[in-house]
Amino acid sequence: MTDTNMQKQTLREWLMTDTPTSRRHAKFAALYSGWLTLKSNSMAMIGLGILLLLVLIAAAAPLLAPMDPFVQNLGNRLQPPGTEGHLLGTDSLGRDILSRMIYGSRITLYIVALVALIAPIVGLLVGTVAGYTGGWIDTILMRITDIFLAFPRLVLALAFVAALGAGIENAVLAISLTAWPPYARIARAETLTIRNSDYIAAIKLQGARAGRIITRHIWPLCISSLIVRVTLDMAGVILAAAGLGFLGLGAQPPSPEWGAMIAEGRRFILDHWWVATMPGLAIFTVSLAFNLLGDGLRDVLDPKEGGHS
Amino acid sequence: MTPLLDVKNLRVTFPTRQGEFEAVRGVSFTLGKERLGIVGESGSGKSMTGRAILRLIRPPGRVEADKMELHGRDLLSMSEKEMQGVRGQKISMVMQDPKFSLNPVMTIADQIMEIYRFHTGAGKKAAWAKAIEMLEAVSIRDPERVMRSYPHEMSGGMGQRIMIAMMLVTEPEILIADEPTSALDVSVQTQVLSIIDRLVRERGMGLIFISHDLKLVSSFCDRVLIMYAGRVVEVCEADKLDQATHPYTRGLLGSLPDIREPKDRLEVLKRDETWRIAESVSGRT
Amino acid sequence: MSHIHIENLNVWFGDGADRVDAVKNATFDVPSGASFGLVGESGSGKSTILRAMMGLAPTWSGTIQVGDFKLGKKRPKEFYKDVQMVFQDPYASLHPRHSVDQVLGETLSLHGFKDIDNRIMKLLDDVGLGPAFRFRYPHQLSGGQRQRVAIARALAPEPSVILLDEPTSALDVSVQAEVLNLLSDLREEHKLTYLMVSHNLAVVAHMCDATAVMQNGEIVEVMTVEDMRAMNPKHPYTKHLLDSSFGYNPNAAQSA
Repeated sequence: MTDTNMQKQTLREWLMTDTPTSRRHAKFAALYSGWLTLKSNSMAMIGLGILLLLVLIAAAAPLLAPMDPFVQNLGNRLQPPGTEGHLLGTDSLGRDILSRMIYGSRITLYIVALVALIAPIVGLLVGTVAGYTGGWIDTILMRITDIFLAFPRLVLALAFVAALGAGIENAVLAISLTAWPPYARIARAETLTIRNSDYIAAIKLQGARAGRIITRHIWPLCISSLIVRVTLDMAGVILAAAGLGFLGLGAQPPSPEWGAMIAEGRRFILDHWWVATMPGLAIFTVSLAFNLLGDGLRDVLDPKEGGHS
Repeated sequence: MTPLLDVKNLRVTFPTRQGEFEAVRGVSFTLGKERLGIVGESGSGKSMTGRAILRLIRPPGRVEADKMELHGRDLLSMSEKEMQGVRGQKISMVMQDPKFSLNPVMTIADQIMEIYRFHTGAGKKAAWAKAIEMLEAVSIRDPERVMRSYPHEMSGGMGQRIMIAMMLVTEPEILIADEPTSALDVSVQTQVLSIIDRLVRERGMGLIFISHDLKLVSSFCDRVLIMYAGRVVEVCEADKLDQATHPYTRGLLGSLPDIREPKDRLEVLKRDETWRIAESVSGRT
Repeated sequence: MSHIHIENLNVWFGDGADRVDAVKNATFDVPSGASFGLVGESGSGKSTILRAMMGLAPTWSGTIQVGDFKLGKKRPKEFYKDVQMVFQDPYASLHPRHSVDQVLGETLSLHGFKDIDNRIMKLLDDVGLGPAFRFRYPHQLSGGQRQRVAIARALAPEPSVILLDEPTSALDVSVQAEVLNLLSDLREEHKLTYLMVSHNLAVVAHMCDATAVMQNGEIVEVMTVEDMRAMNPKHPYTKHLLDSSFGYNPNAAQSA
C-alpha cells in the first residue's frame, strides 16, 4: 500500500519536474502539465467523459444493444418509452430505438472522425502556405477560400451530395469540403502574426527553407487553435450530417444514423414524440460534450500559455 | 503631522498549484508630500505594492494589511463604490505604456472630460476648460488640436504626457507612477519626468515612483525603498543611495556599467537566501 | 583590416509617397575582432542596419561587406554560418513549443554538423547553462536563461561575427551584468567580432571599442570609447544622450 503510494508520488514528481532528462521525459512532462490544466476544468472533464462513453458505446455496440437494430416488428410499432423490452420505445417499423441509437453512435463517430481529419488538414495547408508566402499565391488561395465561404454551408453540401450521390462517405466528403475554409482563415491569420516573430527570423537566419519553416515552426503553433476550433465545430458537423440524413441525402435507410432517425420520426412528431426526440437528445448531448471539451482545450493549448500555468 | 498614506504590514497573496504565493510580504511605509521611489527587479513585488494600494488586485489574489490608511481613512474596509471615489480622485496611477491605458476609439478630449465630470460633476464647458488647462500644464503645445485627436495620432511621449494630464485633472493627493518612462526614449524621459516633478511640487502631492532604474530613482526621488522578493530590504535617502549598505542594493549598484568608471567585468549579484527570509524593513517615518 | 564594411547604406520601407527612409547614407567599418556599437533612440534606424545585413529588410542600397562576403540580394548559406544574430526580446526569439534541445539541434543540423549531441552539450556549457537545461521549454526558463539559449544558438554554427540587437534591454540589471560578462568572455574565447545595437550608452561604453551615434536614420558621429569616457562628444545630440544617461537632471530638463 505505502509502496504503491511511494511509486505514485515519484511518478508524479517525475512528471512535474522542471528539469527533464530526456526528450521523451520533456514531452511527457509537458503533456502532464496540460492534463492538469484540463483536469481542473470540471466542465471540460464532463465533456471528455461523455465522449469517452460514446466511444465505448460505439465499440461495444453489439454487446450493449438489447436487440438487433434492423429487425422490424410491425405489430409492436410506435410503442412509448418504458414499454416492456423497449426502454426508449419503438419506431414506425417496430424497431427498438435504444438499439438503433447505440449502433448509430458508430456512424456518428465515423463521420466526426473523418471530417475532423480532412477539413482541418486541408485548411491548415491552404492557410499556412497562403499566409507565409504572401503575394499572388496568397491572393489566389484566399479568393478560392472566399468562394467556398460565400455559399451557405448546407446548400453547398447539398450540391456536392447531389453531384456525388447519396451516402455516408459522400456526405462526409461534402461536409469536409464546406468545412475547411474557416480553418484556412484561422491558420492564415495565425501565420501572419507568427511569420513576423523573432523566432521565425532566427530560424531563417540559419538558412531554413520555407517548407521547413511552415511544417516545423508554424504548424505546431497553428494546430492548437485549430484543434480547439475543430472540437467547437464538431457539434455543427454532427448537425450537418444529421441535416443531410434528415433530407435523405446522407445515411440511407435502414441505417440507424441519428439524423435519419429524426427525419423518419418527424411524421409522427405530434402523436409519438419519442421517435424523433430520443436521437435528437443524443445529438444534443454529444454536441454539448464537444463544445465543453473545446472550451477546456482552449485553455490548455493556448500557445501563449505554453501549456503551463 | 499625519502622513497622506500610511501602510503597515501590507501582504498580497495569490493561490497557485504549488500553494500560496506571497508577492508582497509585510511592506510598511508612510508617504508625505514627498517623492518616494520603489526600486526592484522584475518579480520583486514593486508593481503589486502600487496596485494593492488602489485595491486593483483581482481575485483570487488577496490584499491584507494591518493598516492601510489615506488621511486616517481605512482603505481596506471601504466598499467597492467608495474605492471608486478614491481611485482617480484621491489617488491616481500612471502606467508604463500609454498605448494600453488610453481608449483608442475615444478622442483625448472625451477621455479627459469624462474623468473630470465623473469625479466632480462639472458641466461640459468647465470640463473642457479644465482639460485644456491640464494639457498646457504638461507642456503640450496647441492643446485645442490635441483635444480633438485620437490616441493613435500621438507619439509615445505625447501619450504619456496626456496620461499624466488625465490622471492629474481631478487634482489627486497622491500619484502612483509605475515605470512611467520605461517605454520612452531618454530625451523624452527627461521631459516627462520634469513635468511630473513640477506638478508634484506645485500641487503639494505625494508621489510613489515605481521603477527598476536605480540611477533614475536616486536622481529623481527623495526617499527610496529597495524591494527584493516581496520585501523591503533597505530604505534610504535617495541622494545617499550610493552609500547603501544592504548587499542586494550594493550588488545592484555594482552590476551597472558606468561610462566614467570602466571595468573589465561587471559585478555579478550573488543572491543570498537570507534576503528572502529576513523581515521587511519599515519605511515609516 | 576591417571585417565589416558598410558604405552609403540606405534602407527604406514602402514606395512612392509612403516611402520611409529608415537608414540614410550610413558608413562605418568594424575591424576584425573588434566590438562596435550603434546607439540611438527608437526609430533612429540602428536595428534596421542589422536587419538589412541579415536580409530581413528587403529594400536597401549601398555596400555591405562582411568578411569575404559582398552582399547582394540573396545571401549564400555560408554567410549565415559566418554571421549570426541575437535578438532583443528573449521571450519572442525562442519558439514557444521547442525545447532548448530542439532549438540547438535544428540549428546544428541545418548547418550540416554531424556530432550534434556533443555539440549541444558543449554549447550549453559555453553559455553557462548546465546539461539540466537541455530539455526545458522556454516557459521553464527565466529571461536571462532564455537569452543564454539565444546566444548558444548564435554560437552554434561557429560564426566569426555576431550581431547583437539590444541583447540585454529586456533583462534586469543583475542579469544584464551576467549576460554582458558572458558576451565578453565568448568574444575573447572564440575571437568574435561584435556589432551591438543599444539605447544604453553605459552598456555600449562597457562592451565596445567604438560607437556610431544615430539620429533619424543618420549617423551623426562615430566616437571612440575613450572620447565617450572623457565626455568629449562632438555632436550636440551625442552630448544630450550622454547627459541623459546619468539619470534625471532638472537642469538638463529645462534646456531640453
